[in-house]
Amino acid sequence: MKCDICGNREATVHLTEIVNDKVTKLHLCEECAKEKGAEMEEHFGLSDLLAGLADLGAGIEPDLSDKVKCPACGFTYSDFKKVGRLGCGECYEAFKKQLAPLLKRIHSADRHVGKVPLTAGKTVKDTRTLQELRVRMEKAIQFEEFEEAAKLRDRIKELEKKDENGK
Amino acid sequence: MTIDDFLDQDTEWLKGTGPSANIVMSSRTRLARNIDKMPFSNRANKQQLEDVLNMAEDAVRRSGFLKNALFIRLKNLSEVDRVFLVERHLMSPEHAKNAEYKALIVDPKEIVSIMVNEEDHLRIQVMQSGLNLTECWRIIDEIDTELSKTLPFAFSAKWGYLTACPTNAGTGLRGSTMLHLPALVFTGQIGKILQAIAKLGMNIRGLYGEGTEAMGNIFQVSNQISMGITEEDVIDNIERITNQLISREDATRKMLLTKNKEGLVDRVSRAFGTLKSAHIINSNETVTLLSAIRLGVDLGLIKNMDRRTVNELFLLTQPAHLQKREGKLLNANDRDVKRADIVKERLK
Repeated sequence: MKCDICGNREATVHLTEIVNDKVTKLHLCEECAKEKGAEMEEHFGLSDLLAGLADLGAGIEPDLSDKVKCPACGFTYSDFKKVGRLGCGECYEAFKKQLAPLLKRIHSADRHVGKVPLTAGKTVKDTRTLQELRVRMEKAIQFEEFEEAAKLRDRIKELEKKDENGK
Repeated sequence: MTIDDFLDQDTEWLKGTGPSANIVMSSRTRLARNIDKMPFSNRANKQQLEDVLNMAEDAVRRSGFLKNALFIRLKNLSEVDRVFLVERHLMSPEHAKNAEYKALIVDPKEIVSIMVNEEDHLRIQVMQSGLNLTECWRIIDEIDTELSKTLPFAFSAKWGYLTACPTNAGTGLRGSTMLHLPALVFTGQIGKILQAIAKLGMNIRGLYGEGTEAMGNIFQVSNQISMGITEEDVIDNIERITNQLISREDATRKMLLTKNKEGLVDRVSRAFGTLKSAHIINSNETVTLLSAIRLGVDLGLIKNMDRRTVNELFLLTQPAHLQKREGKLLNANDRDVKRADIVKERLK
């Protein structure tokens, strides 16, 4: 069998490509396969892998979610899918619907538990306490420990009030 | 001081000292940080990139840790100088490209380096010889805290430190150890180990060479996950896995010494013979043979040579280092001759 690309040399490499459910079979000689291989590698970097995962959050309205724009830098979610990099810190908030499942897929978590910068200190610590309290309250309700749940609810209310006043 | 002075200095990972230095060449931590309200490097305009450079320089000048550090605008460096810094592990190959608005901050001992305007505004790195990841974290933590007093870092309560690529968000921390694992490679165990490590949420890859082939039997283990885990746990996980690899490599070396000492001596001696007599030698062959020499030194099969000499040769035989020593550009053929020269000179 001759090579599909150069038609000259003997085909020794047999490739099956599946693009959008369409199966293409290629029979190539070693040299053409190398070139083809290099081309394929180039087309498949980390950003492509990310882009593949990035569709996770799209769901029912894929087109709409692609058009979500970051108000700070003007980057769209479809830009992110192309380059695999976000435009600025605010993009995280702007694309949170799409990013949350993506982050979960990458890190098996979607919440930071590590170091907090000095400047962000107080509000962040409060937010974290709030999150923890809410989880504990839900658990308390689940186990029908209503007295405990009520106490937690009061603490949450207190913190939320403080949070609003702080803004 | 300029980067030319680095040429005669043993950068941290060459020292061959520290815990388990016979197997672990170096430990590294890296933190990705971005300045709040500023677009990431790929999205920032020229003025913003310039602003980041100035803010970074200012922060470093005010820093107690980094007051003696060099601040190098990469556009002022030649191509060879940039690759020279990559070969010394002070910056990434990506950072050497499109150098116009990029800088490298590096302390005179080459322990701390900061890439400015790489994928993230700041990529801080701390390196130590041997297995010393906890110390790397301690140092980088202090530097990060100090810099955060002058630089407002992009941070969210939910997602942590915000980075250009979501794979780094959260702690922004990547820890890694660089290991020499010749016995695991010779005995064919490495394949299974690589697979096992990948399953544990860790990355392992060869340092030299491309793709799956690891030249010189040098591997780098690093964490894959940076969110939902504390910095201390990231460091602890890598140290644990590294320790497992150390004991496995150690046991295999001992086994080879008792069961196949002749074969081992033969391999090491042949490598030594080739390196001492070659007139032309390429980079891949050099790295492969140096790996055998390093094993020979570590097992006491080669006397009168220390680990540092071998480690130095791994670096001095790299293309940019050869050219910097010669003080001129060399084509590949000339480099192969000069490489053979320097190896012969050092192995005398």
